[in-house]
Amino acid sequence: MSMPFYVSPEQLMKDRADFARKGIARGRSVVAVQYADGILFVSENPSQALHKVSEIYDRIAFAAVGRYNEFENLRIAGVRLADMRGYAYDRRDVTGRGLANAYAQTLGTIFSSGGEKPYEVEIFVAEIGDDAADDQLYRLTYDGQVADEHGYAVMGGAADVVSGYLKERYAGDASLDDALRLAVDALGHSDSTPRRIDVDGLEVAVLDRTRAQPRKFSRLRPSRLVEMLGDRGPAAAAGVGAEPAAGSGAEPADSGSGGSEPPVAPAG
Amino acid sequence: MTDTPRLPAAYLQPGSSSFADFVAAQAPDLLPARRAVPPGNAADLAPHGTTIVAATYTGGVVMAGDRRATMGNIIAQRDIEKVFPADEFSAVGIAGSAGLAVEMVRLFQTELEHYEKIEGTTLSMDGKANRLAALIRGNLGMAMQGLAVVPLFAGYDLAADQGRIFSYDVTGGRYEETAFHSVGSGSLFARGALKKLYREDLDQTGCVTALIQALYDAADDDSATGGPDLTRRIFPVVQVITADGGRRLPDEDVAAIADRVIGGRMTRPDGPVAPLTEGDAR
Repeated sequence: MSMPFYVSPEQLMKDRADFARKGIARGRSVVAVQYADGILFVSENPSQALHKVSEIYDRIAFAAVGRYNEFENLRIAGVRLADMRGYAYDRRDVTGRGLANAYAQTLGTIFSSGGEKPYEVEIFVAEIGDDAADDQLYRLTYDGQVADEHGYAVMGGAADVVSGYLKERYAGDASLDDALRLAVDALGHSDSTPRRIDVDGLEVAVLDRTRAQPRKFSRLRPSRLVEMLGDRGPAAAAGVGAEPAAGSGAEPADSGSGGSEPPVAPAG
Repeated sequence: MTDTPRLPAAYLQPGSSSFADFVAAQAPDLLPARRAVPPGNAADLAPHGTTIVAATYTGGVVMAGDRRATMGNIIAQRDIEKVFPADEFSAVGIAGSAGLAVEMVRLFQTELEHYEKIEGTTLSMDGKANRLAALIRGNLGMAMQGLAVVPLFAGYDLAADQGRIFSYDVTGGRYEETAFHSVGSGSLFARGALKKLYREDLDQTGCVTALIQALYDAADDDSATGGPDLTRRIFPVVQVITADGGRRLPDEDVAAIADRVIGGRMTRPDGPVAPLTEGDAR
């Protein structure tokens, strides 16, 4: 004798959006910053194996926050689409815009179809051109909306706070070192008290147009990060007081509790 | 190919890390080996690539190929490139039906890159060699109609810390070679030359020189192998792979070595003399 309740379409969509947003807000942020020679991605990610930032094609990279199994599926689909197109036509015919469009259509269809659970993910698709003016950075949300971002973009947990920090300090045409320092500082200001993020807890990658190889994507290893971030240790620690050790110590515990629920983003 | 805006379901399904397998399932007509050719011998229809040589030295491996493609008695192209980087640490050279071979190299390059991107790590040297064997095996039907592709595969094995060379037959048989090997119509002459010239203590320049000498000997006796083209300044493509990665030797460097080789041949057309017995050495 159960009576089906009437739920208005507005309410239905709102519920689905709230559901997806909540899932995304649980993870740590990912920052993408344009610098003089390309685009830099920085995220907090204690795992060295489960990446949030990855290579798609020669000049195209992918970054995501949210549910790991969902964005990993999207990443693999993107690699397949890009490789298939590059093989069938030519390497130059693989574009970030085409990829962003395919993702948008996919996410949008899943979001509005009643049968499927909306994806709890947000995605960056970035493509570098021959100079900074040709760089493209697309931000895609769980419902398939695409935003064309310029300069910098943030998604994930404390996106508003981090992007507020970046807005005040971002200047175009920065060097890689400056851009990295700014992005790491911004991520460190995601909580009410600023903290210092250890290099082992960072995942950093660049699309670097100065690379000689056609594949412009490369990951920056912790040893290189220490070199590039230089003397930030004491300075950052001074600003925070006795916080840094406790701050970086708290993260693994964080992701540990998230780990009880297997398929969430690695940073928990 | 996907021309629908939404990603097809098959793209989103977890599955193979192999691009060739994925293409075979999604767009089989894109695979070089999946074409029905009417019975008969098609060998004379398309250009053929000829001689590829490779040799290891301490710290790396070198592969070189001549620049000629022939179609029967016609020289189809005099500056064709038959040695390609397969990925950062390996190279593949091709002999046989040029069109099919170039397509197969493209598939192999994509295969290695695809695996690397999906899995986040590169295939092992043996894994790469086996994948290439699988691609060649798929081409057996075409090979029996005269459109054979016979590659030579070489790379630096970071795990074993040495250069390695693999040769293949048309059925996909894979054989590891020690020190040096050659494939293609001029390969017999090239291998004979390498036997006499190769030494284990060669450095990179010495190794490249030995390979260019071998290609010269191949061109000397095989009409389908192109020698150094002095008037057009066309010299072999040379790919050098070390622990730091692979690179194509700049044309000027190859030209300098080739000029020295030719200079020597001006006084002795048959090339350097090897000692008759070990005792005669130096």
